[in-house]
Amino acid sequence: MKVIEMNLIEARGVKFSYDTKPVLRDINLTVHKGEVVSLLGPNGSGKSTLLKVMLGLLRPSAGSIRLKGTEIARIDAKAVARQIAYVPQTHKGTFSYKVIDVVLMGRLPHKPFFFSYNRKDRDIAFEKLDRLSISHLAERPYTELSGGERQLTLIARAMAQGAEIFVLDEPATGLDYGNQLRLLEQIIKLSREGYTFIKSTHSPEHAFWLGDRSVMIKEGVIIGDGKTEAIIDQESLHTLYNAKVSVMKVNGSLRVCVPHVITNHTRMTVKSEKDEIMFLPLNL
Amino acid sequence: MKRPTVITSLTLLLIVMGVISLTLGKYPVTLRDTALFLLAKITGQQQATALSMDLLDSLFLSIRLPRVVAAVLVGSSLSVAGAAFQAMFINPLVSPSLLGVLAGASFGAALGMILFKSWLAVQVSTFVFGFISVMVAVGIARMFKGSAILLLILGGVISGAMFTSLLSVVKYCADPYEKLPAIVYWLMGGLSYADAQTVWITAVPMVISMIMLVAMSGYLNVLSMGDEEARALGVPVEKIRLLMIFLASLVSSLTVVMGGMIGWVGLIIPHISRMLVGPDNKILIPVSILIGGIYLLLVDDISRMLFDTEIPIGIVTSLVGIPFFVFVMKKANRGWGS
Repeated sequence: MKVIEMNLIEARGVKFSYDTKPVLRDINLTVHKGEVVSLLGPNGSGKSTLLKVMLGLLRPSAGSIRLKGTEIARIDAKAVARQIAYVPQTHKGTFSYKVIDVVLMGRLPHKPFFFSYNRKDRDIAFEKLDRLSISHLAERPYTELSGGERQLTLIARAMAQGAEIFVLDEPATGLDYGNQLRLLEQIIKLSREGYTFIKSTHSPEHAFWLGDRSVMIKEGVIIGDGKTEAIIDQESLHTLYNAKVSVMKVNGSLRVCVPHVITNHTRMTVKSEKDEIMFLPLNL
Repeated sequence: MKRPTVITSLTLLLIVMGVISLTLGKYPVTLRDTALFLLAKITGQQQATALSMDLLDSLFLSIRLPRVVAAVLVGSSLSVAGAAFQAMFINPLVSPSLLGVLAGASFGAALGMILFKSWLAVQVSTFVFGFISVMVAVGIARMFKGSAILLLILGGVISGAMFTSLLSVVKYCADPYEKLPAIVYWLMGGLSYADAQTVWITAVPMVISMIMLVAMSGYLNVLSMGDEEARALGVPVEKIRLLMIFLASLVSSLTVVMGGMIGWVGLIIPHISRMLVGPDNKILIPVSILIGGIYLLLVDDISRMLFDTEIPIGIVTSLVGIPFFVFVMKKANRGWGS
C-alpha cells in the first residue's frame, strides 16, 4: 500500500526519437519520494530528453510515464504542473521582469483561464523567496541577476507551483564555484524537507556531494542506477565519459574524483589500495 | 508610480485629449460655443450658442467624434497588437505586421478599390485579406517541424512578401489617373476616411478583442519565457498563442479598414510603455492601449492642424517613429524594459 504512494514517477519501457534518430532506447526508471537523483551522461546521451519526457513535455514513442500511478498524458497539464516543476538550464531571458513577477508565474497552474494574481499568490511568492533567503532580490530585474540568483529564482518559482518534484536540467552549468555550492546547499536543504529532485549534471563531484542516488545514461540506455557511491567508480566513469579518473574516499565516506591527468601532471601518484586518498610525490 | 495611479492618470489624460481634439478643426468654433455645447450635452439643457445647435451637433458628433474615436482605437489596437506580438515571439523588435497582416490588408484594400464601387466592399476585402495573410503565415509555419516561434516568423515573412508582390500587381493594373492615386493615398494612412458608420461597426470587435487581450495578458509573461517553460507551467501554449495571434491580427486588420497603413505605432508604443511601467504584461498591455490611443490622437491632431492640407498620418507616425526607435535601440543594450 505504501509502495504505491512512494513511487512518484515511473518510466516504463520508454522510447523516444527525434525524427528517425533514436534518443531514448528503453528506459525504466522509478523515482521515489524524497530522493535526490543525479542523472549523469555525456553530451547527447539523452539526459535532457529523458527529463522532458518525465515532465510530460515530450511524448514517448513507446512506453509510459506514470505520475503517482496515473499515465501522465491523461492528467490535465495544470494538475501535472502542480506536482512536477521544471527548472530549466539558466537562461538570461529577453524581458527584464522583476524577480517577483517570475516567481508569480509559478502560481499559474492554480489559476482559472482568465486570471490575475491576487494577494494570496503574492504572499506565497514572497514566502518562497524568503525560504531561499533571496527576498532582497524581489524587485530586481531578473535579467540583471547572476546565474546563481537566477537559478534560485527559478527554484522559488517551482516551489510557488506547489510542486513536490523538481526536475532540474543541469542546474549548476554556468554558475561560478560559490554559486554551485550554494545551489547544492539549497537542494540538500529542500530534499530534507521532503522535496524530490531529479537533476541532470555534468559533474560526478556534485553527485557525490548530494549523495543519494545516481543514474548513468549513455546513448539512450541506462547503464547504471543505484546508490551514488556504488554506481560512480573508476570503471563506470571510464565507460561513461571515456575519461581516466580515480575515485577516492576522503575520511572514509566522502568520495572525490581525481583525474589521472592531474596526478601525472603534478608528478604524484595516487595510492588506492585502501580507497583512501594519499598523494605521494614520485621523486622521493 | 503605483499601477492604479498610472492607469487612472493615463485614462484621464486620454479623456482630456479626446475632448480637446473635439474642439480642434478647420471650421471656426469659439471656445465659448464648444464649452456651451458640452454643457448642453452633459446637462441636457439648451444653451445659447452662437452657431446653431444642429450645426454643432453634426460638426462635433457626426464629423469630429468618429474621427477622434477612430484615432484612439487605431492607436490602441496597433499598440496592443505590437505589445502582444513582442511578448509571444520573445522579440522586442517585432511589430503587428510580423505575420503579414498589414501587407495582406493593403492588398485587400487595393484589390477592393479596383474591383468594387462600394466602400463597404473595399473594407470587407481589406479585413478578409488581412486575415488570409495571417492564416497563410500560420499555415506555412505548421507545414514544418521545428521551433514554432521561428517558423511563424518565417511564415510571416513569406506571407508578407507574397502579399506585397500581389499589391504591386494590383497597383500596376490599376487605372493610373483615378484608382492608383487613391490606392497610394490610402496606403499612406489617414483617418479622413473614417466615417461614423465605419467607426461604430469596427469599434465593437476592436474593443472586445482588446478586452480579451487584457484579460489574457498574464499568459504573455509565461509565453515570453519560452515554449517549454510555459508548457511545464501547465499552459496550453499552442492554443493560447493561436488565440492571441487571432485577436491581435483581428484588431490590426481592422485598423487598416479604418485608416489604411499606419506604421511604427505598434513598434514604438510598447517600448515607451515598457519604459514607463516595466515589462510585466499584466500592466504593459493596458498601458500600451492607453498610450497608443493618446499618441495617435496627438499625431492625428498634428496631421490635420499643422498645414492647410492634411498630412497623411502614416507619414507623421513614420517620421516620428524612426528617430525614436534609434533612441530606443540605444537604450536597449541594458535589457528590454528597464
